[in-house]
Amino acid sequence: MSINWFKYSSPQTFYPLAGKMIPWFAGLATILAIAGLYISFAVAPTDFQQGEAYRIIFVHVPAAWMSMVIYIVMAGWAGLGLALNARLSAMMAQALAPTGAIFTLLALVTGSLWGKPMWGAWWVWDARLTSELILLFLYLGFIALQSSIDDPRRADRAGALLALVGVVNVPIIYFSVKWWNTLHQGSSINMGAAPKMAATMLMGMLLMALAFWMYTVAVALMRVRCIMLERERSADWVKALSTTAGGKS
Amino acid sequence: MAIKARHKRFILIAIGLALLGLAAMLILNAFQSNMVFFYTPTQVHKGEVPHGTGFRIGGLVVEDSLKRQDDGLTVHFSITDTAKIVPVVYKGVLPDLFKEGKGVVAQGKVGPDGIFVASEVLAKHDENYMPPEAAEALKRAQEQGKTVVMP
Repeated sequence: MSINWFKYSSPQTFYPLAGKMIPWFAGLATILAIAGLYISFAVAPTDFQQGEAYRIIFVHVPAAWMSMVIYIVMAGWAGLGLALNARLSAMMAQALAPTGAIFTLLALVTGSLWGKPMWGAWWVWDARLTSELILLFLYLGFIALQSSIDDPRRADRAGALLALVGVVNVPIIYFSVKWWNTLHQGSSINMGAAPKMAATMLMGMLLMALAFWMYTVAVALMRVRCIMLERERSADWVKALSTTAGGKS
Repeated sequence: MAIKARHKRFILIAIGLALLGLAAMLILNAFQSNMVFFYTPTQVHKGEVPHGTGFRIGGLVVEDSLKRQDDGLTVHFSITDTAKIVPVVYKGVLPDLFKEGKGVVAQGKVGPDGIFVASEVLAKHDENYMPPEAAEALKRAQEQGKTVVMP
């Protein structure tokens, strides 16, 4: 038995599938976020050095993770679209960019709020902070470049190239605290080593990361549905939608 | 033919990414010395720091080295990387996490008497997060010369 992977690669078949998936991911995101926030703010113990201010990590770290993960996924979709000339792949990349930019901004802002009381500075130009700021500019550049070109095919190709070039920055962000002396602390969670953090703290952080992940999928699917309708507005299946269900499905 | 063209594009993208990664690696290597946020006391002793201009120095605050002057603002302390020690003087408010035995980054210049005159002091936090009771247990175990598994 073989699965036809390309069945859902056309907007016409993917549109209703995405519509069915959104409530599930949105529901999961809500449940995980409630559980994560409860553990983060009610169960997790106070930190021995930072007191209560450390609780910013429950938003900061998952947001920073997602900012990097979303970029890699976005560049992957963009590269796939470039190689296969697939419309839907490029649309997925376009749909992910705003969410990635928001998480990057969230990571930068929460980090800054934490940095002032803990380090004594809102912002320092160390390798970790600077490379994360570059990531924000890459997202914004991708969005700006795509929307500045009217022909969607050319916009996709230009955007894909920028997204792929920017991928170099992601390992730099991740390993910056290892490669260079930075003010930003090293990772508390490393592959192959015990996490340097109490179990309940870790639990809260992982739940929040999963919640952010589900949220990202739900929001990206919503956005990609809008993009599909916008780009395919003259296609028969979109016209059929508006006559049968009044635009809803 | 269509499949071939598709494969060709995949290969081209892969080669492009590999070359880009290589270029980034070479650039970062070339700028290695400019990418560090701070220098260590050993580097200061070896003279591997910029002369004439300010720089940052990072390490641990030496235990029992913190002294406050009578004006209540000027503080003296020493920074170590466990190999060398650099004395520091700073006038201003220290951040919350500043503690003896903990990480610190100071910006300033080395004065003629070899004392580092800091214009800004930042606390460098480590990656360990645990409740106070766990930290207390860890400290007790260390004093008894035993090792415990981190919570």
